[in-house]
Amino acid sequence: MIDQKHYNFAFLDENSKREIRRSLLKAVAIPGYQVPFGSRELPIGRGWGTGGIQITLSVIGKEDVLKVIDQGSDDSVNAVNIKKFVSACTGVEITTDSEAASIIQTRHRIPEIPLKKEQILVLQVPTPEPLRIVEPREAVTKKMHAEGEYSPMWLTLYEDLLRCGKIGISAEYPVLVENRYIMNPSPIPRYDTPKLNDSDCLYLFGAGREKKIYAIPPHTRVMPLEFDDIPFETENFTGKRCHLCGAEGVYLDELTDEETGAKYYECSDTGYCAKRREQGCRP
Amino acid sequence: MQTVKNNKKEKPILEVRGLTVRYGQGCDYCLNGQPLLKNSCPHCKTVWACNDVNLELYPGEILGVVGESGSGKSTMMKSIYFDFPVTEGSAYLQAYGAGKANMFAATAQQKKYIRNHMMGMVYQNPVLGLRMDYSAAGNIAEKLIAAGGRNFGSMTARASQLLEAVEILPGRMKEPPKNFSGGMQQRVQISKALANNPQVLLLDEVTTGLDLSVQAKVLDLIRRIRQEFGVSILLVSHDLAVIRMLADRTVVMLEGKIIERGLTDQILDDPQHPYTQQLVHSLL
Amino acid sequence: MAYVAVKGGEAAIEQSLKLLDEVYQSNGRLEVQTILTDMPLLTDKVMSEAGMYAPEYAALALKQSKGSVEEAVFLLRAYRSTLKRDYYSLPADCKDMRIMRRISAAFKDIPGEQILGASFDYAHRLLDFSLSEEKGKQAAVTAAQETAADIYCGRVDELLQADGILKQPEKDDTQPYDITTHVLTFPAPRSARLQTMARSEAGFLEGVAYSAMRGYGAVHPTVSELRSGYVDIMIPYPLEAGEAICIGAVNVTEVEALWPVHEETKEEFDKIRLSGGYGCVIGNNETKAIAMSIADASLNTTGNTPSQDEEFVLTHGDCLEMQGFISHLKLPHYVTFQSKLDRVRE
Repeated sequence: MIDQKHYNFAFLDENSKREIRRSLLKAVAIPGYQVPFGSRELPIGRGWGTGGIQITLSVIGKEDVLKVIDQGSDDSVNAVNIKKFVSACTGVEITTDSEAASIIQTRHRIPEIPLKKEQILVLQVPTPEPLRIVEPREAVTKKMHAEGEYSPMWLTLYEDLLRCGKIGISAEYPVLVENRYIMNPSPIPRYDTPKLNDSDCLYLFGAGREKKIYAIPPHTRVMPLEFDDIPFETENFTGKRCHLCGAEGVYLDELTDEETGAKYYECSDTGYCAKRREQGCRP
Repeated sequence: MQTVKNNKKEKPILEVRGLTVRYGQGCDYCLNGQPLLKNSCPHCKTVWACNDVNLELYPGEILGVVGESGSGKSTMMKSIYFDFPVTEGSAYLQAYGAGKANMFAATAQQKKYIRNHMMGMVYQNPVLGLRMDYSAAGNIAEKLIAAGGRNFGSMTARASQLLEAVEILPGRMKEPPKNFSGGMQQRVQISKALANNPQVLLLDEVTTGLDLSVQAKVLDLIRRIRQEFGVSILLVSHDLAVIRMLADRTVVMLEGKIIERGLTDQILDDPQHPYTQQLVHSLL
Repeated sequence: MAYVAVKGGEAAIEQSLKLLDEVYQSNGRLEVQTILTDMPLLTDKVMSEAGMYAPEYAALALKQSKGSVEEAVFLLRAYRSTLKRDYYSLPADCKDMRIMRRISAAFKDIPGEQILGASFDYAHRLLDFSLSEEKGKQAAVTAAQETAADIYCGRVDELLQADGILKQPEKDDTQPYDITTHVLTFPAPRSARLQTMARSEAGFLEGVAYSAMRGYGAVHPTVSELRSGYVDIMIPYPLEAGEAICIGAVNVTEVEALWPVHEETKEEFDKIRLSGGYGCVIGNNETKAIAMSIADASLNTTGNTPSQDEEFVLTHGDCLEMQGFISHLKLPHYVTFQSKLDRVRE
């Protein structure tokens, strides 16, 4: 624990946390809308998940159980680092079991096991503005959102299809929320994008450096941008399975055997993989 | 000889009333209609780029707007296309509110709808009208998308059909306009403007700066397009030859005002206003 | 499997932190007080970019960060987030500065005199090898602050204001925008613009200003006045309305730069007047302060260069934000990279 003499519970002072919670409420009330907030500096680098951490710090209570993942992994250095920090300034229980956690902070993945209605998934966002790829100026993108002027975004998708025969956006695929706001789902793979739609849990997105918060409340309609005649495609792992637990149809990390040079795969969601192995699943 | 579509019984497809574009606050002097120095107020320096412009565009006709540079003709046209805000005045499109609602008073959303569905604009400078780095087909798709198009295949088919109508081969539809010649760029602009079958096509000095042979091709195309697409065209040009070749009727602008109007032949062969006389004679 | 070795993350971090102390071993002799007295310009830079005036903490941060300025700025900023905001100070007028240095490039002689003060400006930059022999000595009793004679004088631009050739900014008594609790919106209020630049990373701001002077912009100003010294900070006295109490003094550098602008007035269509660019930063950071005044001036002109683009200048100069975002590329990105591979391989 960080000494309580110099630091408040959950690091930030109570007023700052309250201010962030107010922004969160607004974000929940207007799904997909980016709410500006007075992002505070944290002992962790801007661009390293400070938006997500501020949300976690603002909503966390002593009874919460926290899971932190990066790239799906509980043991990634970044995940460990964030976990250590939140735990040091709150003392809450930490878990790797996504079903046992009340708050899951994540970077770049949504867990494999569908989340339940009491759970909050906090996503770290590097570039909250989905329109940034077509327009660098904030003053302009704000207006585009206000007017629902999304043609330039659709046009880049159209150009990709016309010139390359497919849409080039890999992860961080833009979605349309409740038919109103185009939103950046954070750099999750396309495989995770459909999990945002009509989910039971609450998704909170925080961008610390860019000072924006947004949310997807439970059971919100969230659709990837797609043309009527060209269906949205997720990453393809057909014929591949985890070499540890044998899972198929999940998001896999690609690894290379140092000796043979052969490719093999394992679950990106380490908590899920461990659970399966506990249950006796083998390749 | 052009057929004259100035049948008074017919309702105009576009009607502009008292269009005024002012840069500056105005003062007691100029706001009360006192004589200006050229188009600016000698007292407060307010520029009256367009000053009480009235005109009607009838179905299927080409209306020429002629005048020297700085006479306010481009400003007038761009304000009709909502590129510039107007200071005063109203405009009525038959397609919008049955010709009874002032489109200048429309909301931003409605204006966007009018721009995308009811009007098409071709700028003198293609950089204003085209995304030079996007494909030719993408440029047309932009308009279709703005009008709600979400079907990749049908939009691409439409783009190909429109490009063919302006004689650009389907094989070049993936190329960006920056690779095209000036004449081709104008043709892409025209096809883009036509994408959503607008009632009104606004053409701003579309042939200025093109070679004479290329000019002739574009002018031919405009005539053909009027027939094929049944659009009404407002044609701004400083070039009397272009006006003579295309326009059914013509208005003459000077210092922000319309000073003469009538059938094109009548204006060019028997000008009444001293300025028009000077303009016509300097050409001959 | 370098840094996400299964179950290895936590241990790796611990070892890495341990290594930090071993690789950058300290001989234990550098005291915070020594940094304060011997490296005042360094602590000034840290405070300026952190936007927090706390010399001792800045020195402590430098010691902890092993001399990395960006890490020190980081430490101060993070610490500041934990502090409650008790009050906003009253506006401080740099006219009331206790001056330690004050120069004007615009006039040979100025009322109140030019005061060269302590400066490297006219030093020959020769490595002084005798310093490597220097043994520890008793710190001079006279800390910089104490050597300052109490000099106060009016601003140079007052001379020009009297002539009526100086374009005055419009009086603005609205509450200043607080960039530490609010998100910048564009166009930004002037108070937000100045605050943002005041804590901008010095190198960034200097690059912006340099580009504006070299031709990517339209400003090559004259420094009307550069002054540095101490300004008293007053807060409203909580127990009695209208009263204020002094809570201490901060060391700041203030610059006013002038350049001619064309403008339209009631009398004349195109009149040339002098306009100002303003810079004011914590500590002795003269180049940064001048750069800020140039950037301020440049943002008041219109054009297409970076130095004239408000959003560009104000969103890319924060030390923490740039350091954070650039260094986050060191984080694992293999899930998104897998997704990219999927698109490329198809």
